[in-house]
Amino acid sequence: MESMNEIKRDTLGALISQGKRGDGRGMLDYRKINVQGGILQNPEGSAIVSIGKSQVMAGIKFDIAKPFPDRPKEGVLSTSADLLPLASHLFETGPPSDEAIELARVVDRGIRSANIIDLSSFYIDDEKVLAVYIDLFILDHDGNLIDTAALAAMGALLSARMPKVEEGKIIRGEFTGKVPIKEKVVTCTFGKLGDKAFLDPSLDEEKGMDCRLTLATTPGHLCAAQKGGWGAVSEKDLMELFDISLEKGKELRALLND
Amino acid sequence: MGGQGEKPALLVGGRRVDGRGVEDVRPLKIVARVLNDAEGSAYVEWGKNKVLAGVYGPRECIPRHDQSLYRAVVKCRYNMAPFSGAEEHGRSGPNRRSKEISKVIKEAFENVIISENFPKTEISIFVEVLQSDGGTRCAAVTAAAVALADAGIPMKDLIGAVAVCKIDGQMAVDPGKEEDNFGESDMPIAFSPRTGDVLLFQMDGLLTREELARGLELARKASMKIREAQMEAIRKVYDEPKEDRFLLIG
Repeated sequence: MESMNEIKRDTLGALISQGKRGDGRGMLDYRKINVQGGILQNPEGSAIVSIGKSQVMAGIKFDIAKPFPDRPKEGVLSTSADLLPLASHLFETGPPSDEAIELARVVDRGIRSANIIDLSSFYIDDEKVLAVYIDLFILDHDGNLIDTAALAAMGALLSARMPKVEEGKIIRGEFTGKVPIKEKVVTCTFGKLGDKAFLDPSLDEEKGMDCRLTLATTPGHLCAAQKGGWGAVSEKDLMELFDISLEKGKELRALLND
Repeated sequence: MGGQGEKPALLVGGRRVDGRGVEDVRPLKIVARVLNDAEGSAYVEWGKNKVLAGVYGPRECIPRHDQSLYRAVVKCRYNMAPFSGAEEHGRSGPNRRSKEISKVIKEAFENVIISENFPKTEISIFVEVLQSDGGTRCAAVTAAAVALADAGIPMKDLIGAVAVCKIDGQMAVDPGKEEDNFGESDMPIAFSPRTGDVLLFQMDGLLTREELARGLELARKASMKIREAQMEAIRKVYDEPKEDRFLLIG
């Protein structure tokens, strides 16, 4: 397998150095994106998103939980990702891989640090708060799972309804309106190979590239970031890619219904 | 079985809680080839159940001590999404229930997969329950069979599964969530339609000899309808080939 990656890296490198990509896209083009929100009846929110041949389903579930001691007046937000074995021959069954944990944490950070959900409104009493669980189910893996998962999480949040709470219990199937979402957080993930950066790396590109940079934005602000891989990014790269993320973010937000 | 709260009337004037008669199967939709990386895949919507199956193999069997020199090893993982239920958030990963279901599904397919053709390999069946509404293991078998066919795995038959239940003293086919929770018996069955053999069989509750016979009769009739839907899904892959593969949730 390693020799395949080396061959791919060479081919990819030759293309990328000329500003071209294996599938004919421009350097800053996404593959085809599909978003379907509110697709499930059981969870409070749900969405499925595909970017190219990658597919991620997100489910939003509410439960009653104990508040964290350091945030006694706030609800709990928890994000997890499952790299399902049916999604790729590369995925195995078993406990969450490092990749799955990183994926969930990057998506979580964007949503959390932009404060798009008012967790103080999830307070019930000193023993009870609402917990919101975002589960990211990776169904098909062809690269750029972070953007696919982040878009699915956002789509699911936008479709989510507030459960009715009575006497400290959730009344399942009854709702009090939509979950208020202040802004749409979206992520743009770039691959870097040599001195060239490209948006939305496919799986083949991921195998060959030096590093990855994810920038999560709200309109006008950076709200989370993650560099992955052994390669390096320059300060100039960071500034340029930040500008591109703000522009591309508009395209992604337009795909998400309010 | 084991429902909480007050038991509702499950059968009134021959009609069930959702208006069906005792021989009626809930709406069933099957789409084959919905995933890109999996060698075979199928998506099933059955009532409110939404189940996705993906198949890999025959591929090298790892770890090697699982290998057989004589046949392919069939592996199965049935898993429920933590957001699949109508109640609280579930836990990720296998539990006792899902392990048992994985085992009986695997054993049903061991009967029909022509595994002698592929020594030292494994054939892996992965089923993800995205939404549950009673009868997820039957939906899982039904989806997995189509995914295996889509993967081109040679099989002696295309199997399907359906459950029967006893509600207010009467046998009925394809119990929904409420009938599952409050019924007096639940009996999931997978048939091999070609031979008539029973390949998956579980039951709980109390049944008389007559009720068992009636249940088998109901399940056998229903399994013919399931087979039709499976065949149609497989045919459609070739009749209406699609460039883009992605899940369209109905």
